[in-house]
Amino acid sequence: MTTQTTPQTPSESEPQGLSGAAWLLALVPLILLGVVLTYLVATGGGLTELAGPPVEQVSIQRVMLPEPGIIQVEVVNDGPQTVTIPQVQVDDAYFMFEANPSTTIPRFGRATFTIYYPWVEEEAHLIVLVSSLGTLFEGEVPVAVETPQVSTNLFLQFGLVGLYVGIVPVGLGMLWFPFMRRLSRQAMNFILALTVGLLVYLAIGTWLDANEFAAELPAFWQGVPMVLLIALITLGVLLAVGSVRRGTESTPLGIAYRIAFGIGLHNLGEGLAIGAAFASGEAALGTFLILGFTLHNITEGVGIAAPIVRNNPGLRHFALLLLIAGGPAVLGTWIGGFAFNPVLATIFLAIGVGAILQVVWEVGKLVARDTERLGLPLVNWVNLSGLVAGLALMYFTAFMVKF
Amino acid sequence: MNQRLQQLVSRRGFLGLSIGGAASVIGASLLGRGAQAQDATPEPTAMPGMTHSGEGNGHNAMMREMLVGAVDHERNGFDPMQMLVDWDYGTISGETDEGRPIREYDISAGDIEIEIAPGIFFPAWAYNGRVPGPSIRCAEGDHLRINFANFGAHPHTMHFHGFHPAEMDGVDGEYRGAIAPGESFTYEFDADPFGCHLYHCHAAPLKRHIHKGMYGAFIVDPPGGRPPAREFMMMMNAFDTNFDAGNEIYAVNTVGHEFMRRPIPIKVGELVRIYLINIIEFDLINSFHLHAHFFDYYDTGTTLQPTLRMVDTIMQAQGQRGILEFRPRYPGRYMFHAHVSEFAELGWMGFFNAVNEADYGAALAEIGLNDEWDFKSMNGSTVRQPEVS
Repeated sequence: MTTQTTPQTPSESEPQGLSGAAWLLALVPLILLGVVLTYLVATGGGLTELAGPPVEQVSIQRVMLPEPGIIQVEVVNDGPQTVTIPQVQVDDAYFMFEANPSTTIPRFGRATFTIYYPWVEEEAHLIVLVSSLGTLFEGEVPVAVETPQVSTNLFLQFGLVGLYVGIVPVGLGMLWFPFMRRLSRQAMNFILALTVGLLVYLAIGTWLDANEFAAELPAFWQGVPMVLLIALITLGVLLAVGSVRRGTESTPLGIAYRIAFGIGLHNLGEGLAIGAAFASGEAALGTFLILGFTLHNITEGVGIAAPIVRNNPGLRHFALLLLIAGGPAVLGTWIGGFAFNPVLATIFLAIGVGAILQVVWEVGKLVARDTERLGLPLVNWVNLSGLVAGLALMYFTAFMVKF
Repeated sequence: MNQRLQQLVSRRGFLGLSIGGAASVIGASLLGRGAQAQDATPEPTAMPGMTHSGEGNGHNAMMREMLVGAVDHERNGFDPMQMLVDWDYGTISGETDEGRPIREYDISAGDIEIEIAPGIFFPAWAYNGRVPGPSIRCAEGDHLRINFANFGAHPHTMHFHGFHPAEMDGVDGEYRGAIAPGESFTYEFDADPFGCHLYHCHAAPLKRHIHKGMYGAFIVDPPGGRPPAREFMMMMNAFDTNFDAGNEIYAVNTVGHEFMRRPIPIKVGELVRIYLINIIEFDLINSFHLHAHFFDYYDTGTTLQPTLRMVDTIMQAQGQRGILEFRPRYPGRYMFHAHVSEFAELGWMGFFNAVNEADYGAALAEIGLNDEWDFKSMNGSTVRQPEVS
């Protein structure tokens, strides 16, 4: 092959800064786009024959029971055009209501409907919004209980729930630290492989939770791609941050912090769901459920402590790790109970997926390195049984919390 | 995760929500809340004729179980209150050999959008631009010529309940069959027997042609007429707005809860006669219940003696009809509604406003009626009807 020898002028090989005229060139397509859009809006672009019947779509985001005799429904218009909701049915009966700000909801717009309906404690209700074209949009109250209003007592109660679900199990799990320090390298590899297993399980669980929230978002948020992209970007950012310190291996403490961060976001999701369930009266089996989460999450503490067995970082770091991993459960319960926001919940959980995947990668590398030092193949019975044990622990303790 | 928790205790799981609008209670407020401004929802209307006010404790003033707002009857081109008393006698164009009047009716079919409840619009098929169609009224033995023209986009017919030759039965696929768009046909027969009848479209598919609005009353007066009374035509109908073979709005004369907002004025002691017809599709039965009174009932109206005496509730399947007679005993507001509570709460519920003679003008004025309505309600029968065209 001969190298091509094309004479190059300096301007071709390395363009100088863009001149004003060049910027104008960049504007030309935009200006023309504006012209086309104006034409389409003003004249219909010759497509009037294609105009079909109106498409009405709204999404009921939340049904609240703020006090006896009142039902409140929060609605987002996620359809392609303005929708008017002139009438509202509750349990197959038309009832009077007020709409705020209006019964006419523009695209992306939202409205709160206050319906004067004597709802019945602990029974089910079905709310149907009827559009001007007679399309029905349904929202349900599976079990009617008064929606909790922020009060000191309830705030403390929800905090306590978060404590049992997040801080307590993670803290208890970390208490295996002194025990783990006395383990052989081989046994420690088993524990690290177990950590990988439980993290893989958490990644799957967090992914599914994120998608469940995403499925209920108004259509324009494009929930599923949003979760996927945020998870990938998070993974990419964390890997890029890791590679900045190329050469020096990431410290075990750094890995522990990143595990705590990922688990923290996962626990935030659990807190959100529990808080929201309490708020909507669905936590009838609350104590049992909390017991389940406590058991389920105890392994998380093991996972956080596992990378740092060889160098005790001191109590302060343990406290901080505990706060990062377990604290979000408290926060999540508060948010879920008092001010649930499905968009933010989806985003947090998606970040959690990316963060957990990244620590799977890091702890995996740790296992690989230690196994190599022992002169064993990466996939050996100890590592494999550790991985499976981690997955199995999470899977079977989840029996307590899955219904 | 939230769904998991929800399924745990959902007692409504078996109902099955429709796609699209289904949402959980757990979803929640996005960023920012709506402004606090209030508009669009009309104030709860003061109820005409109301003697006790529900105000005083909490939300009671607002806690009314009814549709919000009012229908624009002018835009619709018809008014349920006027339909109560609006009889179509046709045009008398001559006499038969037996000396009976020949009545000619011009009926056209067309497609219109009607407001069936405040703010809810329905793409109807209609006779003469109204749902129900004109209340055709005549006397037994009159010779009828129904000049039917189809201006709609679909084939339609007029099928009358009553005696007539098979060629005049107005059934899709039989004899002349369905009248195609742009075509016309004259149904011709003698009005017989006397009674409270109906007509409706019998083009295929029958269900859709009926529930889209193609029906009307066909009242045949007996020889010599019935005792003088204040007469009303009530068509119990319903609308399936989302075409899922179930009705969303129930009514008498199309507009849900219209007579809740505008109670029908009647006088204490007078004879009130209701020509009641049930045309609702999808539901097996409909019923009529009158509060605080008992009435005599003439099934199908084909007898001069009541077929049921002293009842306050009657039941009708689709196409069944009859005549109710009662005398208001005390002044006040009396509810009438389907004693199928679901239908009542979905629009089929209204009030009579019984007042003493002296207060009648005020009761009319209260809901925007005039003496003409009063006159029409008292002079419905063709037997005493001054026969002018």
